[in-house]
Amino acid sequence: MTPRILAAAALACICAASVCSAADSSTLDQVMHLLAMRQHGQVEFVEQQFLAILDHPVESSGVLRYDAPDRLEKRTLEPHAESLVLAGGVLTVERGRSRRVLDLHSYPQALPFVESIRATLAGDRPALERVFHLDFTGELAHWSLALVPLDRQMAQSVAEVRIEGAQDQLLKVDIRQPDGDRSSMSLKAYAAP
Amino acid sequence: MSRRRLALGVWLGCVTLAAIIVARAHYIADLSAFLPANPTPTQQLLIDQLRDGPASRLLLVAIEQADAATRAQIALAMAARLRRDAQFSTVNDGETVGLERDRDFLFDHRYLLSDAVTAQRFSAAGLHAAIQDSIDDLASPAGLLLKSLLPRDPTGEFAHLLDQLSSASQPSSSDGVWTSRDGARALLVLQTAASGSDTDAQERAIASIRGAFAAALAAASRAPFEHAGAQLRLSGPGVFAVMARAKIKTAVVRLSIASSVLVVVVLLAVYRSVPALILGLLPVTTGALLGVAAVALAFGAVHGVTLGFGITLIGESVDYSIYFFVQSRRSQSGTEPLAWQRLWWPTIRLGMLTSVCGFASLLPSGFPGLAQLGLYSISGLIAAALVTRYVLPSLLPRGFAIHDLRPFGTGIARWLRPVREHRGLGVAVSMAVAALAIAVLYQHRTTLWNRELSALSPISAADQDFDARLRADLGAADSMALVIVSASTLDAALRGAEQAGEALRPLAEAKAIGGFDSPVNYLPSLQTQEARRDSLPDPATLSDNLRRATAGLPLQSERLAPFAADVEAARHAGLLSRKDLQGSSLAAAFDALIMQQADRWNALLPLHAAAPGQSIDTARVTAALKAAHLDEARVLDLKSESDALYSSYLAEAIHLSLAGFGALIVLLALALRSARRVARVLAPLALAVLVVAAGLAACGVQLTILHLVGMLLIVAVGSNYALFIDRQLNLHEAGGEPLTLAALGLANICTVIGFGLLCFSQVPVLVALGATVAPGALLALLFCAALSPPEPHA
Repeated sequence: MTPRILAAAALACICAASVCSAADSSTLDQVMHLLAMRQHGQVEFVEQQFLAILDHPVESSGVLRYDAPDRLEKRTLEPHAESLVLAGGVLTVERGRSRRVLDLHSYPQALPFVESIRATLAGDRPALERVFHLDFTGELAHWSLALVPLDRQMAQSVAEVRIEGAQDQLLKVDIRQPDGDRSSMSLKAYAAP
Repeated sequence: MSRRRLALGVWLGCVTLAAIIVARAHYIADLSAFLPANPTPTQQLLIDQLRDGPASRLLLVAIEQADAATRAQIALAMAARLRRDAQFSTVNDGETVGLERDRDFLFDHRYLLSDAVTAQRFSAAGLHAAIQDSIDDLASPAGLLLKSLLPRDPTGEFAHLLDQLSSASQPSSSDGVWTSRDGARALLVLQTAASGSDTDAQERAIASIRGAFAAALAAASRAPFEHAGAQLRLSGPGVFAVMARAKIKTAVVRLSIASSVLVVVVLLAVYRSVPALILGLLPVTTGALLGVAAVALAFGAVHGVTLGFGITLIGESVDYSIYFFVQSRRSQSGTEPLAWQRLWWPTIRLGMLTSVCGFASLLPSGFPGLAQLGLYSISGLIAAALVTRYVLPSLLPRGFAIHDLRPFGTGIARWLRPVREHRGLGVAVSMAVAALAIAVLYQHRTTLWNRELSALSPISAADQDFDARLRADLGAADSMALVIVSASTLDAALRGAEQAGEALRPLAEAKAIGGFDSPVNYLPSLQTQEARRDSLPDPATLSDNLRRATAGLPLQSERLAPFAADVEAARHAGLLSRKDLQGSSLAAAFDALIMQQADRWNALLPLHAAAPGQSIDTARVTAALKAAHLDEARVLDLKSESDALYSSYLAEAIHLSLAGFGALIVLLALALRSARRVARVLAPLALAVLVVAAGLAACGVQLTILHLVGMLLIVAVGSNYALFIDRQLNLHEAGGEPLTLAALGLANICTVIGFGLLCFSQVPVLVALGATVAPGALLALLFCAALSPPEPHA
């Protein structure tokens, strides 16, 4: 192959890549638009935590509820009742008789855990881009959004958040921490009891 | 002649001495004017709290306008700057940085500081439950922060400590800072290192806050934020003290100038003689100077409010020179000082003595503000009268004459004639007016007196409301009620605080109180530290307990070797004392809750209301402490205790005023030697007081201690009018009345100007005085003149 052909091939590849990323970007906008249309959502979750310090994963389950634009409630029912409410940038954790209030501005390490899910549910792409580098793949019917924290302090607690979804439904949220610990949360439509 | 020189010499000497004392005197504008001079033990606790307690050092900062993000940015920048400022012992904006900074200290000493450390917690079952909790914590983002600590702290002692130290109910929060509940304001709570009664230090601290705000605003305007219109509002005892001082200062300066100018204009218009004006002001200035000097000598410091009251002296002491000039112009040929001394000085002296009687009743008051006012007035009036008698005559230039006031007096007499000619009717109308006034007062009898100390506060109702709103928003940070545990050593006080805490905990669980702070959260007593250290198991027991505790948990006990090592180290570590806190922000927080006085140590446990705006049931708290046999613990509600104190002042002032009135009657009886004359002098004054009191009540004004002082002043000033008219009647001198009426009319105008101007000040105590005395003095003269018989020849 001549260098000219090589160059053409490289150019073609670059073009294809940029076209492809443009297509992804517009699909991301479509997904975001669909998500932004939803004002409320309630799903069941099952979460598994894989922590190096523990011998086996810890599994918990409960209900995840969202009210636009900034209220997210994670109510764990099993194995121990716990409620975690994010509202107006403040995280309130209640378990048994103890209640702890965390302001996410004071705890930037905790921010990626909740902001990734909240901003995605809100369809708020600018909010996501303020905190994460976005890598979107797939199409409307089944998409995947990889989020990597931009801030170094946040990157110390979260290496990557990967959210999978279909249309305006979130199916799975995987969070990987820099030390190798990770969690995986599967979501499914809420079946009213 | 030599006697004149002696008088002049004494006067000059006194004035010079007084001027030196006044120039070197210490002037204060703090709470001390309102605090008792000889307090009971409970009052002493209250005073200490009002002066130096944590509540007195609280400054509340609100940032308003602009958008939430800008407000938060400004608040964070201000907090960062003020935390480096030694003037502030704590700076709280809702960030947890304070605790983060001290996390090493807290973590290292967690087994001495955490109140969860008991032998039970380190048993197999206790460890199992604690570790299970920590594993659950790991699953939430909040707990993930503690993941790296798990091998060393599987029982979550550190997280528990952070919970223990952060207040029970936190204010709402947004964008990283505390906000009001409606979200419209960002809030900061600061505590100054200086005590609340150090107004200069408070003023400097406030200036630093304003500086920090300006700097933060400038920084915010460089960033791409819409900062426009962000505004700073401050509140708290220190802010109020500074504001009050500025208000009193402005009022005193403005009112002195205004009333001096007005009196000068009136006198000049009447006398039409500059020498007469200058001479006429001599007794006033001498009186004011000697009054301040006497207060400075007797009390060590002069309160700003006393100077404010002093303005009123202009109104009264200028009367003496008026009487002198007008009455000494009896003969057409010029002044006749000797005749004046014979005919009128005894009357002026009696009038002065009745005033002194009234004011002397204030001297024994436990309310230093009143006692100062009493001494100031007594010495000022005596000085003014003496100057009029012994100095003025020798200073009169040859051929001195003032404009003839006879036409003015004749005018007054003509105007009064219809009333005076039908004396029966006049008396009947007066009695009807008195009956009406008494009826009005009776109708308002339950709400007649305002018994709250805040009634005297120079702070406007709007500012007080704003303060209350901020406190409600902050909830936890508001501590108007507290438990005080007193002991002879710091450790004993801490031990007492722990016992009081045990007694209070059930109340918090029953939601009778929202919670409480305690110094033992930062430094437990030695006994408690020892008990906690002793509850830690030895390595073999711990290892065995851990093995059993982790059975069935996903955490192997082998992974917890660092925990075992830490516990073993803690078993052999020394106990903590105050000096171990040095250099951490915990030291400031601890010191704020400890007060040392001579050989007593007081531990303070501020109580939080169960809900914002709700008050604390102190009786229930007292009962709980009593049930626990805590004799050294006392509940103090600053608000109700202050009001009780003020109420006692009021009751005392009423008794003293009545005593003063009684003394005045005795004095008049001795001087006039006729019940009829005494009654004729006193009846118009009593009528004036009744009408003014009823008028104020009818206008919806609740009477305060200063209204009472005002009534005393009506009697003091009015007695001069009554005595002069009485004297004139008994002179049996044809054609003399117009001059007497003119002198009284002119004196009255000056008095009404002096007191009337007080109504325009922003200081409630001065307004109360002005609104009582100005109409009261006018009415007193009217009643005196109207109820006296007309001049015989008319």
